[in-house]
Amino acid sequence: MSLLEIRDVTRRFGAFEAVKEVSFGVEGGEFFTLLGPSGCGKTTLLRMIAGFDLPNAGRILLDGRDLADTPAELRPIHTVFQSFALFPHLTVAENVAFPLRMARVPDDELKRRLGEALDMVHLADLADHYPHELSGGQKQRVALARGLINRPRLLLLDEPLGALDLKLREEMQLELIKLQREVGITFIFVTHSQPEALALSHRIAVMRDGRVEQLDEPSRIYGFPVNRFVADFIGNCNLLEAEVRAADEGGLRLAVAGLGEVRAPPDGVSKQGDKGLLALRPEQVGVAGEADPAWGNRFPGTVEDFLYIGDVTTYQVRLDNGFRLQALLPNAAAGRARFFDPGDRVTVGWSGAAGHYVRET
Amino acid sequence: MSGKPDPRHTRPRGARLTKWVVTAPPTLFLLAFFLAPALIVLVASFQYPGEFGGLAPITNPGDGREHGLTLENYAFFFSDFLFAEIFVKSFTVAALSTLACLVLAYPVAWLIARSPRHHRDLLVLLVILPFASNFLIRVYAWMIILGPQQAVAQAVNGVLALFGLAPVNLLFSPFAVLVGMVYVHLPFMILPLYTNLEKHDPVLLDAAQDLGANAWRRFWRVTWPLSLPGVFSGSALVFIPVLGMFAVPDILGGTRDMLIGNLIKDQFLGVRDWPFGAALSILLTLAVLVLAGLAAWAARPRGAT
Ligand SMILES: Nc1ncnc2c1ncn2[C@@H]1O[C@H](COP(=O)(O)OP(=O)(O)OP(=O)(O)O)[C@@H](O)[C@H]1O
Ligand SMILES: [Mg+2]
Repeated sequence: MSLLEIRDVTRRFGAFEAVKEVSFGVEGGEFFTLLGPSGCGKTTLLRMIAGFDLPNAGRILLDGRDLADTPAELRPIHTVFQSFALFPHLTVAENVAFPLRMARVPDDELKRRLGEALDMVHLADLADHYPHELSGGQKQRVALARGLINRPRLLLLDEPLGALDLKLREEMQLELIKLQREVGITFIFVTHSQPEALALSHRIAVMRDGRVEQLDEPSRIYGFPVNRFVADFIGNCNLLEAEVRAADEGGLRLAVAGLGEVRAPPDGVSKQGDKGLLALRPEQVGVAGEADPAWGNRFPGTVEDFLYIGDVTTYQVRLDNGFRLQALLPNAAAGRARFFDPGDRVTVGWSGAAGHYVRET
Repeated sequence: MSGKPDPRHTRPRGARLTKWVVTAPPTLFLLAFFLAPALIVLVASFQYPGEFGGLAPITNPGDGREHGLTLENYAFFFSDFLFAEIFVKSFTVAALSTLACLVLAYPVAWLIARSPRHHRDLLVLLVILPFASNFLIRVYAWMIILGPQQAVAQAVNGVLALFGLAPVNLLFSPFAVLVGMVYVHLPFMILPLYTNLEKHDPVLLDAAQDLGANAWRRFWRVTWPLSLPGVFSGSALVFIPVLGMFAVPDILGGTRDMLIGNLIKDQFLGVRDWPFGAALSILLTLAVLVLAGLAAWAARPRGAT
């Protein structure tokens, strides 16, 4: 049995359905992420789990017990808000100790646990400061310590890193992973940043328009997107309309209009006549002056543009049939921004084991 | 003049000028309308009364009249316990009125702050609407409402009769004074409270609830402490005017209920002992300042709000 179970949960605002029959389970100790574009219902779902809002239909169970009749203050679930929501009239120590006070923890135990919690997030020196005297990262850590101090069954984090600048964001990501591993508390993390989701999570639920489109481990979400939306939303992706011409253990033979036959890895379910998409990550696509014999698929084209990013360069290649493909090449040799110039005639290609056939379009 | 002005020098000078322009009007205002009158009253409190009201001269007019400065006015205050009693009674009335205003105003202010944004202005307008009619008329209206033949008095006495108690007169009692004071000053409590409560971030209440606080504790742990600045300014806006108010006790309190406001007014308009009236005013001001100092100390800023 999952720690948290969401069963066919629907939430309507008037005629508008913000969350539509969502179902999934979250396991104990998991770092679970809700990922999706703005307005897809992440916060709405989180508020129902926390108890600030109730579903119009469906059930939410914690340890198998329906939470419908449990008000937010009695749920062993805490939230870290995007704005941190620290109490401005309380010191860091008073903020962090707040949940213990509410639980009427005796003073000596409170002191001990407060000390531990402040140490955990390296805030012992700032115990007597007020929130307005803290930096963004420090506020974030206070909010985390406050959310974790009385060991909830579940910690909900609604874009907790959204208010931080990029550098701090990356630092806090590492701290979050470490913290979650140390305390072993289940995290449900909300973000609309896909790199963040990929970096932090054990599993990701990709949401769109109130539905979960795909729920899987980060590498599978990235490697095997189930539809165009997921493929497009997670990282960059070349998407080619394709029809299955033949399927066997060796792989799929796809007909891509304008390119002819393209080979793709087997997926075990698709059969002849299926229509879908071929998803190719830019790093799976190679560019060469000469056709590389290792490539199962290769096509001539012209370099149109390139984007130098530092460690890698992205090339945009226009195939002779008019398709545009993105290819990502590492820049292992220092001081070199590109191998090809716009206008160069090249061959692009990829191995028959690369790419992924997406059944839904 | 040579060259361009160095921006490093002009900027601060400009800033200093701005500072003067901004601070001068309030400073002048305070000098003209607060400090000067206060000084006049202070000096008057050490003078002798004039023969027919007013003040005796400070310098010798040479005709044998009383003149110069004296401590007599203050001595008179401390010579009779009655005056101290009136002070204590007035401060009690002021404290009770403030408390009653706070208890009545807080829910009102809270409800206005919670109501949909487009309703708030209308509700605030309703709060200050009574100011549109004359203050005395509104107080006289209470004379009618609290009168012995009216529903309120009938109801109260009806209940008292059930318990076998003698009927009471609501009008011309300390109770009527309190009602009048609270009624007149209620908007001065509601408005600062509303201004404060309206600024509260609702996510703080979500956070408190999330961390285990029920409605009662959310109020006392979050809303109340964050509203203290509003509570203090509202209380000051009620407490101090109530202390000086003489019209309400005059109208609703009958003749027996004298507060400092009435006492001071009588010195100027009735007994025509201006210097003693001035001394009473100064003592009242001092007492209020001491109280305000204590309140400011108790409410000294800690976290930002
Ligand atoms: N109280 C409400 N009343 C009406 N509509 C609402 C309410 N709360 C949310 N919505 C709508 O529900 C949809 C989902 O909102 P939600 O806040 O859950 O999105 P989100 O995924 O958290 O987006 P973001 O990434 O921008 O925070 C939005 O279209 C929003 O306008
Ligand atoms: Mg949101």
